[in-house]
Amino acid sequence: MSRVGVIRLIVVIAAIGLLELACRLGFIDYRTIIPPSEMTTVLVRLLASGELNSDIARTFGVVVIAVAISIVLGFALGLLIHAVPRVRRALDPLLATYYAVPIFIFYPVMVAIFGLSIIPIVLIGIAAAAVAMIIATLNGLDRVPRVLTKVARVHRMGPLDTALRLKLPAAAPHLFTGVKLAVSYGFIAVIASEFILAPAGLGRAIADAYSDFNNRKMYALILLLLVFATCMNMALHAWDLRWSARRGVRPQ
Amino acid sequence: MIATQRVTDSLIIVAILLAVWQGLNLMVGDTALPGPAATLAYLAHLVPSARFAENALATLAAFTYALVIAYGLGLAIGVWLGAHHLSGAVGEPLLVALYSIPKITLYPVILLIFGLGISGKVAFGALHGILPVALLTMSAIRNIPPVYLKVARTLHLSKWQTIFAVFFPATLPEVVAGLRIGFTVTLLGVLLAEMFASKRGLGFLIINAMSLAQSEEMLTVAIMLFVFAVLANSLLLWMEHRLHRRN
Amino acid sequence: MTGPDSGGEVHARLLGVTRIFPGATGQQPVHALGPVDLELRRGEFFAVVGPSGCGKSTLLEILAGLQSPTSGTVTFEGQPVTADVPDGIGVVFQEDASFPWLTVWDNAAFGLRRAGAPEAEVSRSVNDALAFMGLQDFARAYPSQLSGGMRQRVCIARTLVLQPRLILLDEPFGALDAQTRLLMGDEVLRLWRRTSATVLLITHALDEAAMLSDRIGAMSARPGRFMDIVETRWPRERDSTIVSETSFGEITGRLWENLRGESIKSLGHSGAGPA
Ligand SMILES: Nc1ncnc2c1ncn2[C@@H]1O[C@H](COP(=O)(O)OP(=O)(O)OP(=O)(O)O)[C@@H](O)[C@H]1O
Ligand SMILES: [Mg+2]
Repeated sequence: MSRVGVIRLIVVIAAIGLLELACRLGFIDYRTIIPPSEMTTVLVRLLASGELNSDIARTFGVVVIAVAISIVLGFALGLLIHAVPRVRRALDPLLATYYAVPIFIFYPVMVAIFGLSIIPIVLIGIAAAAVAMIIATLNGLDRVPRVLTKVARVHRMGPLDTALRLKLPAAAPHLFTGVKLAVSYGFIAVIASEFILAPAGLGRAIADAYSDFNNRKMYALILLLLVFATCMNMALHAWDLRWSARRGVRPQ
Repeated sequence: MIATQRVTDSLIIVAILLAVWQGLNLMVGDTALPGPAATLAYLAHLVPSARFAENALATLAAFTYALVIAYGLGLAIGVWLGAHHLSGAVGEPLLVALYSIPKITLYPVILLIFGLGISGKVAFGALHGILPVALLTMSAIRNIPPVYLKVARTLHLSKWQTIFAVFFPATLPEVVAGLRIGFTVTLLGVLLAEMFASKRGLGFLIINAMSLAQSEEMLTVAIMLFVFAVLANSLLLWMEHRLHRRN
Repeated sequence: MTGPDSGGEVHARLLGVTRIFPGATGQQPVHALGPVDLELRRGEFFAVVGPSGCGKSTLLEILAGLQSPTSGTVTFEGQPVTADVPDGIGVVFQEDASFPWLTVWDNAAFGLRRAGAPEAEVSRSVNDALAFMGLQDFARAYPSQLSGGMRQRVCIARTLVLQPRLILLDEPFGALDAQTRLLMGDEVLRLWRRTSATVLLITHALDEAAMLSDRIGAMSARPGRFMDIVETRWPRERDSTIVSETSFGEITGRLWENLRGESIKSLGHSGAGPA
């Protein structure tokens, strides 16, 4: 490991160690934060007991559905919008401000319409994730060198063929940025929705543990989500690096 | 000619959105989703009311404090990590990792530390805003072409002259981009905090309206927030474009 | 402009071709090319030289069916070329057009696989083309791991495997140093002899044009027209050693005489010197 990597590891371990120490020595009230070691043991016990399985399955199921739909839908819409410059020009300001709006404020509206099923959560997940994919697709298509579309014409490829066999791989680095954002935004939106209002799921479980003053369970669940989010990001990052290295482009 | 076409196209999009809204209203009924006209009527009635002003002010106060903290700490951390090479190399991946975790999971912790009042909202909003400001400030400083500094040295500029005449203008566009994103996510943080646990603020109004099944109020508040976010973002975006064009 | 005395079957023909780009709003239209008449004979090696921006790439794209001419007609093997690229034409572009997401081997196989050729045939043709372009050791590499000249050779290999009857090369070695270009020129000659295709090579290097071609068309500054077409009368078996022949100097001299004034014009300072 590089020197920087070693220092980073030391920083992280020191931070966790300090928190542990502060909790154990009573500088931090047990009712506020429990020691990290205890979070870990409680989490291991919870996972072993299987009582979290249904919440985990539900939350990740919803995230996977929302993100998968967002990626396919976002790419398809991106292709369509890119193909019609006039629509593109009209939509550009909308896309530029989309993420300035806390889209989440419309979650209660969706609940009012669809009731407390998984539909409003999936829809909010899509609303949060798909636009990132559209923007990334447009960015990627803008940067497909013109000469490659000429190659497509020399090989007499149809529009669909050109989209899938040429534009998709040529724009892939940007699309991957879109996928990373879609995963991250979708995950955040789903957890937040469950947190505010949902019958089940990991977000709901945290909120319930909080209102039951069950700090041990709450911190164990928070740890689970943090570990999961970090692992997911590291995996996506590593994948991105491998791809980009091969294609000789800098990762986004 | 292009400009007028662009305006008409944007109007067409707004019209389509309104039509979709009206269509949904016809599909699901007035109680679940009131139509545009009913909502507009309610808006005209709610917005001048004292209740709306009170809650809007509560949100605005929490948002302002949160934004000041997010900008202050974010810029300080960004300058530090950008100027000190080793700290930057060590810290960047950590910040990126923190940036991409769903921060809503940390809200109960904030509540346990800061309590239910305005300080919890401020802390949660700032927590959202610090990271993007810090990350973009850091990258702005790192991306200054080294040749600028060589020029500054050959012109015998003092340290402060270098900072004000070279560093500051060279980093400004990217820093402003960071401030814009910071603005957005800080607002999101404050609203989430109000939605989950609070008795005041626009986030609270939305959730309260939902539990009382007052769809008009819910939509009205959402629309007011929408308009505020779009206006503020457009202003910051306009500044950013001007700075970019200059560079 | 091609003399009717010069024998050989006509392979492709441009007749009165012009290209005028409609200007952006508030700007003048750009008259980029023509009118141009040109007859390519089957199997010949034709080079086009001209100052930068005179419309050489435009000419090539019109011939390939990638752009439509503003006026005039284009025929290839007796058929009119309209909005589509006809079968039998291969193009190597001025810019690097290798696919960064495919290995060298898969790049070369792209066209054949699309045509649905059996895998055994694909593999034979691709290996053959890569060996011919000296890329066999890099078959599994990605374009980002190659030099600019090697990437252009990948693009040539990708074109070759489809066995085009007319090969259009747009400054394929523009980015290479002078010595490497001479050697690449030898490779293009080898390619031409082996495939017996018609080759149209665009270049701005007079020596390259003089060394490789049967005929050389010298174009004027924009809007590009053929001012002169020089016949070299080299034997079909030739290589870069002909640069030391006396007639080589005569040919480049004649080309430069024609092009000097045009190049100055295209530089934009018309008063810079005697044309
Ligand atoms: N799509 C376009 N729109 C407007 N003008 C164009 C377009 N493409 C080319 N031109 C103009 O047409 C002229 C000829 O361009 P072309 O690319 O054919 O030149 P060229 O001879 O290939 O130059 P070079 O040697 O630099 O490659 C140029 O002046 C260019 O500005
Ligand atoms: Mg050209």
